[in-house]
Amino acid sequence: MSKMNLKVNGKQYEVDVDPSTPVLWVLRDHLNLIGTKFGCGVGSCGACTIHLNGRALKSCQLPVSAVGTQAITTIEGIVAEMGELHPVQKAWLELDVAQCGYCQTGQIMAAVALLKTKPNPTDEEIDAAMTGNICRCGTYIRIKAAIHQAAKSSTK
Amino acid sequence: MEQSQNNYSRRSFLKVSSLTGGGMMIGFSWLANLVPNEALASAATAKEWIQLNGFIQITPDNVVKIFNPNPEFGTNVMTSLPMMVNEELQADWSKVVVEMGDYDTPRFKSQFTGGSRGMAQAWKPLRTAGATARLMLMQAAANEWNVPVSELTVANGVVLHKASNKSLNFGALATAASKLPKPEKVELKKTTEFSLIGTPQKNKVGKDIVSGDSLFTLDYKQEGMLIAMAIHPPAFGMKLKSFDATEALKMPGIKAVFDIQVYKDGYTRAGFDTRAFNKLIAVVGNSTWEVLNARKKVVAQWEPIETTKEMVAAWGGKKEETVPAGLESTDDHMKQMYAMQQKPGKILRKDGNPEAAFAKAKKVIEKTYSAPFLSHNPMEPISCFAHITDEKAFFVAPIQIPDMMKQNIMANLDIPADKIEMKLARMGGGFGRRAYGHYIVEAGHISKKMKAPVKLIYTREDDMTNGIYRPSYMVTYKAAIDENNNVTAISIRGGGIPEGAVHENRFPAGVFENYIAEGWDIPSNITIGAFRAPGSNFIAAAEQSFIDELAETIGKDPLDYRIELLKKAKANPVGKNNEYDADRYIGVLELVKEKSNWTKKDKNVKRGVAAYFCHSSYAAHVVDVTMKNGQPVVDNVVSAIDCGFIVNPEGAKNMVEGAVVDGIGNALYGGMRIEKGAAVQKNLNQYRIIRHKEAPKNIDVHFVKNSIDPTGLGEPPFPPVFGALANALYKATGKRFYNQPFINDLNKG
Ligand code: FES
Ligand code: FES
Repeated sequence: MSKMNLKVNGKQYEVDVDPSTPVLWVLRDHLNLIGTKFGCGVGSCGACTIHLNGRALKSCQLPVSAVGTQAITTIEGIVAEMGELHPVQKAWLELDVAQCGYCQTGQIMAAVALLKTKPNPTDEEIDAAMTGNICRCGTYIRIKAAIHQAAKSSTK
Repeated sequence: MEQSQNNYSRRSFLKVSSLTGGGMMIGFSWLANLVPNEALASAATAKEWIQLNGFIQITPDNVVKIFNPNPEFGTNVMTSLPMMVNEELQADWSKVVVEMGDYDTPRFKSQFTGGSRGMAQAWKPLRTAGATARLMLMQAAANEWNVPVSELTVANGVVLHKASNKSLNFGALATAASKLPKPEKVELKKTTEFSLIGTPQKNKVGKDIVSGDSLFTLDYKQEGMLIAMAIHPPAFGMKLKSFDATEALKMPGIKAVFDIQVYKDGYTRAGFDTRAFNKLIAVVGNSTWEVLNARKKVVAQWEPIETTKEMVAAWGGKKEETVPAGLESTDDHMKQMYAMQQKPGKILRKDGNPEAAFAKAKKVIEKTYSAPFLSHNPMEPISCFAHITDEKAFFVAPIQIPDMMKQNIMANLDIPADKIEMKLARMGGGFGRRAYGHYIVEAGHISKKMKAPVKLIYTREDDMTNGIYRPSYMVTYKAAIDENNNVTAISIRGGGIPEGAVHENRFPAGVFENYIAEGWDIPSNITIGAFRAPGSNFIAAAEQSFIDELAETIGKDPLDYRIELLKKAKANPVGKNNEYDADRYIGVLELVKEKSNWTKKDKNVKRGVAAYFCHSSYAAHVVDVTMKNGQPVVDNVVSAIDCGFIVNPEGAKNMVEGAVVDGIGNALYGGMRIEKGAAVQKNLNQYRIIRHKEAPKNIDVHFVKNSIDPTGLGEPPFPPVFGALANALYKATGKRFYNQPFINDLNKG
C-alpha cells in the first residue's frame, strides 16, 4: 500500500492503495465515482473510459502509480464542469440513445474527447475514434447521430 | 387503502458514507427522472406518499410517482410501462417520476422481463391501475364539491368541474381518494382515444444514465460491504477436488477463502436454476483489486466429474437430466451433430407423404446449417449484492424473473419466503443471461458465511467461461422439386447440443402438402440458457437462407416467393397447429417490399430479405451489403415489424435498431469454441462483438399500424436479421453462408 495524491475532476484526493491498482478500481472502490464502469478489465470494451489530461483512456489499463500529477476527468466531472449537462450528454438525451445504458458513460467520455480534437468529425473519424467502445445493445447508429448533433450544437 | 409514510427517503436513497477518499456519499437511485428539478427535489424530500394502489403514489404537494413492475435491462420498460398507467391516470407525464418496483410479485401481479412478454402481460393490469386511481381521485373531488362524477373532467393531473369552474390537483385529492373504496369496474380507453400511448417519449432514466448515476448492481454499496469473487473449474466436466489458500490469505485486504456448494445435493432444479458448476471457491476481501490479485494465489486441484443425473422440474413436468462426464470440444460436437443428421430423428410433425414425394422428385436440394455456442456477454458483468441476517435476506440483484428464484433461495439458503427482500437493479444488458440467477444464491452463501454484506462480482472471464450459452445447433433443410418446377415436399431435420431448435409448427409448415420435421438432442455437460429469441435465432437463419436458395433454384423472386407461399398457407393451410398468422406475415413482407423499393432493381445494390415470426410478433428485414477489402459493409437495413399496438415508438425503434445490430454482429462474428472442456474465448479481446465501424450505416424501421394488443419486441426482430444478412452476402460474394459465424467462411475466401 502507498499513499498517493490524485487530481480527479478538479479536486485533490489522497488514496492509500496498492500502486498497481488500476485507476478504474480506485475511482469505483475508493472514491465512489461509479460512473466509470467495469466491462472487461483488459482494455477491450471502453466502459471504463476516462480522460487523462483531456485525452480518452481506458482506466482499467492505467495503474494508479502512473498518474502522478496528471488530471483525471470522469463522467461525474463532465457534468460538473459545465454546471449542467454537457452538450454531448444533452445530445444523448435528445436522440434517446441508451438502451441498458451501461456502456454509455464510456461512450460519452470517448465522444467528448473526440470532439475536443475534431470539433466536426466525419462518420469515418467517429468509427475510428470510438472503435474501442462496445455497445452490446447495439446503439451505434444513435451514438453516431448524437456525436454529429453535439458537434453541430457547439459550432453554432 | 394504506398510506405509506416517508417511504421514499427510507427505501429509495440508501445514503452510505465512503470508506476512504473525499468523505463522499453514494446514493443508489431507484427513482428515475427526466423531470424538472423541482419535481425531483420535492420527490426526494417528500415526507408522505399516499398510495392509491400498487403502482401509484402521490404526495400532498402533487408529485405523482408511478412504479415500473418489470426488471429493466434496456427494453425501456421504465418508460413504456408507466406510460400505460398514466394513459388512464392522466397525470402530467412530463412531471411524473418513475421508480423501479422492488420484488413484490403479488403487488405487481407480474414481474417478468423475458420472452418478449412484458408488454402483453402489463397491457390490461397497468391501464386498469391508472383508471382505478383516476376514478378515485375524481370521486374525492365530487364528494368535496358535492357534484356528480359525470360532470368532472381530468387533464394533466387536475380534476375540473367546468360548471362551477372549480379545480383541484391530484395532490390535494390524494388523501381523500385513498380512503375511498376501490371501484369495482373501470372502463378503459379505446386505442383511438389514447393521447400518451403511441406517442414517442424519451427514456425517463436517460438523465441518470448519461450522468453516470448509481443504477446497476455493480454500483451498489453499503456500509461494511465486502467484495467477493468465485473461482470455478477451468473446464466443463471438471469439479473442485481441494484447494490451498495459504498464500492468498496472506495478501492484503483478504478476509477469507472458502468453498461453497451452490445447490444442495438432490435439489430439484426449476427451469431457471441452471448453473455450470456447483462447487466454487469464494475469495472475500475489502476491495476488488485486492480480491482479484489474491485469487490468483489460490492453488486449486480439479478432478473430472462422473456422469450424474439431476432432477429438473421445468416446462412439461419433472424429469431426470443426464450430465455426462468428459471433456467436450467444438470439433467433436460438429462430428456428433453431423452423425445425428445421417439418421432419422424423432418425428415432430408429418403431413402427407413426404417419402413418396422425395422418391418421385425430379430434383432435390439439400442444405445443412450450423451454429456455435454464443455467450450472452451483457455489458455489465454478472454480480449480486447479498446481506443475510437473522431478520431478513436482503438482495440487490440483476434478475429478469425474480419470482423464479424464490424457491431456489428458500431451498438452498434455508430462508423462508417472507424474509426475502430484493431490490431489482437496472441491468447492464441481459439477453436471457440474467434469467438464470444462480449468482443470487452464490452471493447469499457467501454473505451467510461472512455474516456481512457482500457484493459478488464476476469478471468478464468468469462470466464468459461459465456456460449458460446459446446452444450449438445443426439443421438440414431438404426440398423435393417436380418436373414442373413445383416444390412438392419439405423435410427439416435438426437438433443441438444439448437441445435443438426445430419449430415444427412454424412456417413453412402449413404450406406444403408433404412435410416432415424431425429433431434430436445430444446431452452435454456444457450448460445452456435462453438467448434472445431462443431457438428462433438459429432456425430463422437456416430457414430463411434455404427459402432464398429454393426461390433461386425454381427461378422466383425471393421476396415474392415468400408471399406466394404464405398466401397458399392462408388459402389452404396444410395440417393442424400452424402457429403463425399468414396475413400478418404477409403484412410485414409487403411493408418491407414497399419501404425498401424492392422492385426497383439496382445492380449495384446487393440485398437480401428474410422474415420470421416468433414471440407473437412478425418481423421482416431487407439488408444491403457491399464488400470492402474482403469485409462486408452493411450500408442499409429496412425493417418492417408487426408487434401490435406500439406503446412508445421512440423506444420501440431503438429496440429494433439494437436487434438488427445484434443480429448482424452475432451472425458475422459470434461464436464460443470449446476445447478440452474449456471455453476458448475468455474475454472481449478474444470473443468478437460488433463494434462501431461494423454497424450498419443506416436502419429504417417501420411498424405495421394496427390496434392489436401489444406483443413482444425485444426478441422478434432479431432472428430474421441472420437470414437477411446471409442472403445479402450471397448477392455480394456469390457464396452461400451455411455456418455461423459467417466470418469464418468469408475469410476462407
Ligand atoms: S473495462 Fe476497461 S476497456 Fe473494458
Ligand atoms: S446501451 Fe447497453 S451496452 Fe450500450
